[in-house]
Amino acid sequence: MSSPLLALTPEGLFCPAGGFHIDPVRPVARALITHGHSDHARPGHHAVLATDETLGIMAIRCGETFAREKQAASYGEAIQLGDVRVSFHPAGHVLGSAQILIQGKHHGRQTRIVISGDYKRQRDPTCLPFEVVRCDIFITEATFGLPVFRHPDTRHEMERLLASHKLFPERTHLVGAYSLGKAQRVAAILRETGYDRPIYLHGAVDRLMEFYRTRGIDFGELRKVSASDRSKLAGEIVLCPPSAISDLWSRKFPEPVAAFASGWMRIRARARQRGVELPLVISDHADWDDLTATIIETGCSEVWVTHGEADALVHWAQTRQLRAQPLHMLGYGDEEETTEDGAEAMS
Amino acid sequence: MNRFAELLDAIAFESSRNGKLRLISAYFREAPDPDRGYALAAMTGTLDFAHAKPALIRTLISERTDPVLFALSYDYVGDLSETVALMWPADARQVDAPRLGEVVATLSHTGKTQLPKVLAGLLDRLDEKGRWALLKLITGSLRIGVSARLAKTALAANAGIAVNEIEEIWPGLSPPFTDLFAWIEGGERPEVSDPAPFRPVMLAHAIEERDFEALSPQEFHAEWKWDGIRVQAVAGTGENGARVARLYSRTGEDISGAFPELAQALCEERFGDCAVDGELLVMQDGKVQSFAMLQQRLNRKAVTPKLIVDYPAHIRAYDLLAEQGDDLRSLTFAARRERLTAFIGRLEHPRFDLSPLLSFESWEDLAASRAQPADFDTGENAQAIEGVMIKRSDSPYVPGRPKGLWFKWKRDPFNIDAVLMYAQRGHGKRSSYYSDYTFGVWRSGESGEELVPVGKAYFGFTDEELKQLDKFVRENTTNRFGPVREVAYGQTQGLVLEVAFEGVQNSPRHKSGVAMRFPRISRIRWDKPAGEADRLETLAALVGTRK
Ligand SMILES: [Zn+2]
Ligand SMILES: [Zn+2]
Repeated sequence: MSSPLLALTPEGLFCPAGGFHIDPVRPVARALITHGHSDHARPGHHAVLATDETLGIMAIRCGETFAREKQAASYGEAIQLGDVRVSFHPAGHVLGSAQILIQGKHHGRQTRIVISGDYKRQRDPTCLPFEVVRCDIFITEATFGLPVFRHPDTRHEMERLLASHKLFPERTHLVGAYSLGKAQRVAAILRETGYDRPIYLHGAVDRLMEFYRTRGIDFGELRKVSASDRSKLAGEIVLCPPSAISDLWSRKFPEPVAAFASGWMRIRARARQRGVELPLVISDHADWDDLTATIIETGCSEVWVTHGEADALVHWAQTRQLRAQPLHMLGYGDEEETTEDGAEAMS
Repeated sequence: MNRFAELLDAIAFESSRNGKLRLISAYFREAPDPDRGYALAAMTGTLDFAHAKPALIRTLISERTDPVLFALSYDYVGDLSETVALMWPADARQVDAPRLGEVVATLSHTGKTQLPKVLAGLLDRLDEKGRWALLKLITGSLRIGVSARLAKTALAANAGIAVNEIEEIWPGLSPPFTDLFAWIEGGERPEVSDPAPFRPVMLAHAIEERDFEALSPQEFHAEWKWDGIRVQAVAGTGENGARVARLYSRTGEDISGAFPELAQALCEERFGDCAVDGELLVMQDGKVQSFAMLQQRLNRKAVTPKLIVDYPAHIRAYDLLAEQGDDLRSLTFAARRERLTAFIGRLEHPRFDLSPLLSFESWEDLAASRAQPADFDTGENAQAIEGVMIKRSDSPYVPGRPKGLWFKWKRDPFNIDAVLMYAQRGHGKRSSYYSDYTFGVWRSGESGEELVPVGKAYFGFTDEELKQLDKFVRENTTNRFGPVREVAYGQTQGLVLEVAFEGVQNSPRHKSGVAMRFPRISRIRWDKPAGEADRLETLAALVGTRK
């Protein structure tokens, strides 16, 4: 009678009554996947339930055989799993990203739990906007869970890129952007600001760009960078995985300007550590103001923080008379910091 | 202010000199007066700005944010100004962001008691970069990463003129430099009627042994490179007949106030109209004193009579740039040297003498002088010699660092192997790294062999080495004292650093009894056991000696 609706296991969050894990870090029988980033979507599970886009992304990144059974969930559709009902709701993080709502008995009481996965509230023309889902317990990420993180307007950051492009027309602007989500968002917003030259792509960014395109997102003319091209790309903008901006690969470009689109770029020391010359504060995660606003909007009475800067967010929630606890979950590096894409770039 | 802050931010991240120039030039073209003039002042260190202590900034933020959230944020960011700038609760509209000119004007007539309120009011109206720049400026911790020379070069580029044309009139100008900008944009050249103007300085390139093959000794003069500070002593007579004398640093900063005895001397009629390029030294009983003695006189606001007696200032002349209305800079070095020798001879002033020339037939001769100056008529003064200067006999006096005319041939530094003991977090761009290292050498203590700290270094390593050092510190921490970490060290554990330095002095202030000059990390000796690092006796034996 007093079993929890959701429990923390070494594999990740587990729903006993539904018999499934969410974004497990080790192979399990049934996994519900919030989105395609590699720290959340790992291969080797028996059955996977995720949005159609996430299944498509996993197939590209992990191969078609990433799971034995695949089931696509539509946004908003209620699915009965054992004794609980689950549904997927847009998280605004990357194409196909979802929050997962679980409804069932929590210590004997009918309860709504929302697992946010990774999410953001800023506008993104390449995916559906975040939808507030009312709940009792909100399980949130806290990648940027400190009040120093307030992401500026993305258009403004893009204008800074274009100003630099105008000032240094003889140099190549290399924009480090993660291959899933960030690169597509940067390309789409570049187009919105009126940039009409071809956008050049590093090989590691290319495949997912194409996937987004098949899902109806238009990026204008994209060109893949070939090895022999590099020295001729003065005055062009090239999207590449972040690790590539400081790679040997980057040196063949004419006087490259190393730009990096990430929420971490707000902290000067972080930007310098990576040798970035043009830090662009563009993030796929909620900033402090959006994290706190979202918690309030869900109407929850309890907050669990999965990963990121949990201490500050938990403290804040407690000052708002909410029950709050950090889960200190391991294995969810923020993909903005890990070198997953770097590994891809090598291959 | 926000636009200026954007510029500072962009310059800080831009690594190429040319890139920085372009950014600054563009700013000077786009920003209006007087903002750009105050920006130029900030970049050339001539901006007179109210100052606030970090404690005031902390108070302001603590009144506006949750202390726990501030502490977590500060710990994460590592820099006070940046943390406050980022988390300052601001009105997102920023309807009327103050311009730099307004900020300067406001702060220049704000008293101490009003400062907190006025500063907070400005911060409320700025964006985060603007807040960062203002906080850095007001706490005096702004490191712009461009030299005054670079800022002036960027300005000169907009007019297509040589930067030295700006340097020539610079001392007569003041913020916000509207007359200068008007000239750059095609207007009248600002009138300068300074009877004792600064003349941009000629500098030398460092030379390596292998460079000598291409140079013929017969075409060069050589002299000692004295270990003081390079100055220009200028005297003249104003329209009203009054004597004007100034002592300039090599960047054109007027430092006469710190050396009244020299300014007073220059005012004597016997100096006439002159501009002498020389080395500022402290001399006692005809002997050049150590740089440490000279340091007692530097960067002081007020000079006491006692300081003047204890550390008497002296100028050792290298060159004569102007005399009795003649601009000598287009003459050859040899010709100027003749004029200089005659001039100093006529002066017969105890505070001015001539830097002697070295006689040499071959570069080997000169190498011998450089290696052992005490054997070449310098006697005890040999300690004050940093190396030799080699100057083309036919070189005109060309401002800046022209190629192929003047060379400096420094002595090789000393090296010791020391053991890393403590590391401290760096500042600014290094705030996330443990980048200031205290190191020690062995001595026999009361309870056996022990390491005693002998110095601190925070440069000399590459970025890659910094990462490795930072990692070592984090993985080998044994104790924490605020921003300082103690690391594991001893006979069988610890990291050996090869430290290069310029000399050693006795220093009762230090636990080890010695102080090193300009220590820097020259190599990380991952291979060397800590027990084999150098001993204090080795260091003590170097006191007063020079290689
Ligand atoms: Zn993600
Ligand atoms: Zn994640």
